Amino acid sequence: MECSFGITGKDYVLLASDMSAGRSILQFKSDENKIKELGPHLAMAYGGEPGDTNNFADYIERNMRLYHIRHHHALLPHAASSWIRRSLADSIRSRRPYSVNLLLAGFDTTDDTPHLYWIDYLGTKAVVPYAAHGMGMHVSLSTMDKYWHPNQDRRDGVDVLKKAIAEAQHRLSIKFTFNAIIIDKDGIHTVDLAAEDPIGKIEAEKAAKAEAEAAAAAAAAAPPAAAPEASAPVAAAA
Amino acid sequence: MSRSYDRALTVFSPDGHLFQVEYALEAVRRGTAAVGVRGKSCVVLGVEKKSALQLQDPRTVRKVAMLDDHICVAFAGLTADGRILIDKARVECQSHRLTVEDPVTVEYITKHVAGIQQKYTQSGGVRPFGISTLIVGFDPNDTVPHLFMTEPSGIYSAWKACAIGRASKTVREFLEKNYTENLDRELTIKLAVKSLLEVVQTGAKNIEISVMESYGVVRSLEQTEIEAIVSQIESEKEAEAERKRARLAATQAGQASMFASALSAAGTGAATPSQADASGATGEGSDVQ
Repeated sequence: MECSFGITGKDYVLLASDMSAGRSILQFKSDENKIKELGPHLAMAYGGEPGDTNNFADYIERNMRLYHIRHHHALLPHAASSWIRRSLADSIRSRRPYSVNLLLAGFDTTDDTPHLYWIDYLGTKAVVPYAAHGMGMHVSLSTMDKYWHPNQDRRDGVDVLKKAIAEAQHRLSIKFTFNAIIIDKDGIHTVDLAAEDPIGKIEAEKAAKAEAEAAAAAAAAAPPAAAPEASAPVAAAA
Repeated sequence: MSRSYDRALTVFSPDGHLFQVEYALEAVRRGTAAVGVRGKSCVVLGVEKKSALQLQDPRTVRKVAMLDDHICVAFAGLTADGRILIDKARVECQSHRLTVEDPVTVEYITKHVAGIQQKYTQSGGVRPFGISTLIVGFDPNDTVPHLFMTEPSGIYSAWKACAIGRASKTVREFLEKNYTENLDRELTIKLAVKSLLEVVQTGAKNIEISVMESYGVVRSLEQTEIEAIVSQIESEKEAEAERKRARLAATQAGQASMFASALSAAGTGAATPSQADASGATGEGSDVQ
């Protein structure tokens, strides 16, 4: 029982996943993070056989990092999607295949485009503007189909996501809680779906961080200017 | 027949040497110099880099490499061998994270690198790595900097400050003379640059400096920053030499005046008999002068 969504927009891509972990009708956990950051501008939401999922996600994460260190730049979303798909395609033809489905979201910083890939355990890959895995596939695709439009801004994107989640809550007898991220040119940010204005919150955090950095830079620049004054009395005393 | 002991690697010579390993050490001695200096809360790697040819892209020549977020490595010897060893180490770093979900410690990865190097002295059909490495970094959840060195034989050891490659003996002796405990960031960098200047005659343009300040915080200095440090060191050296010259001149002047007064005293003593001696010998006193 799982549910994840991905939505692209003008200069961002949204990724949301439920946080439940359990077997059949039993829920063991409601705060499991099933979104993994794979690089500065790449993340995936994964689901499937428990155990396989974490194992596969860790394997992908470490290989992405290894590529980054070896080549001094991270794998771009398109190349990453090909590599992940190939891993699953090799896996399904092995003696013990991974049973993992995932949505891969990334932001290509070379040409400033958002990317979203729908990938399943058979090694199917589809390039999509919006997507869902799990139960969301059955109930929310039509919602996204209706409200999504190309080049929508962040707030519209979050609205579509909220509508899709509301639809899932409305139609399904299982109650999910969701976590979400947004990837843009600045990297990956968490989206607080409970907030009144999640995008406004992220922007405020960004502004606060920039201010703190500016203050730190100013403080670092200040001591050389202050130093002569401080040393002057000493020199006079000497 | 003693020549045949350096054919197959796994064969000892009668006096207990593995010649190929010793030749590998020779390759290290011919490689460009690299130094590592451990400060109070930072660690600095400095390398001598060959000046790029006129049409070459200098960015493609790297002498300091990252193994993981928190580990840096510099090497001396055969660059191509270094590339292979670094790649093996990088894979191990990620593999370690994958299996135990923790980043490697500096000692762990050093031991791994040294282990690989040792394996290549005891296997058939291979030759040893012609490189020594300096591995620096911070352990996870720790603020103490570490500096290790590995050799082609597979030996590894921890250091406060260490030099490998060309003229490493000179540089190491310099470090032994000038190292002090608990150096701050600026002084650590300065000591690294200063020790490299012992072998790098061409100055700032052939020096590359990487500073690791804390876990995962690495910065390689800009050319202008290195130039500033080099000129600072040079002006200090100049001042030192000036002081030495002044002191030398002062002692010389002192000696000269003493000599002169002694002479004049002797001269007056000698003048009395000469004056008494003969009337034509007045020039003799001035001849001595």
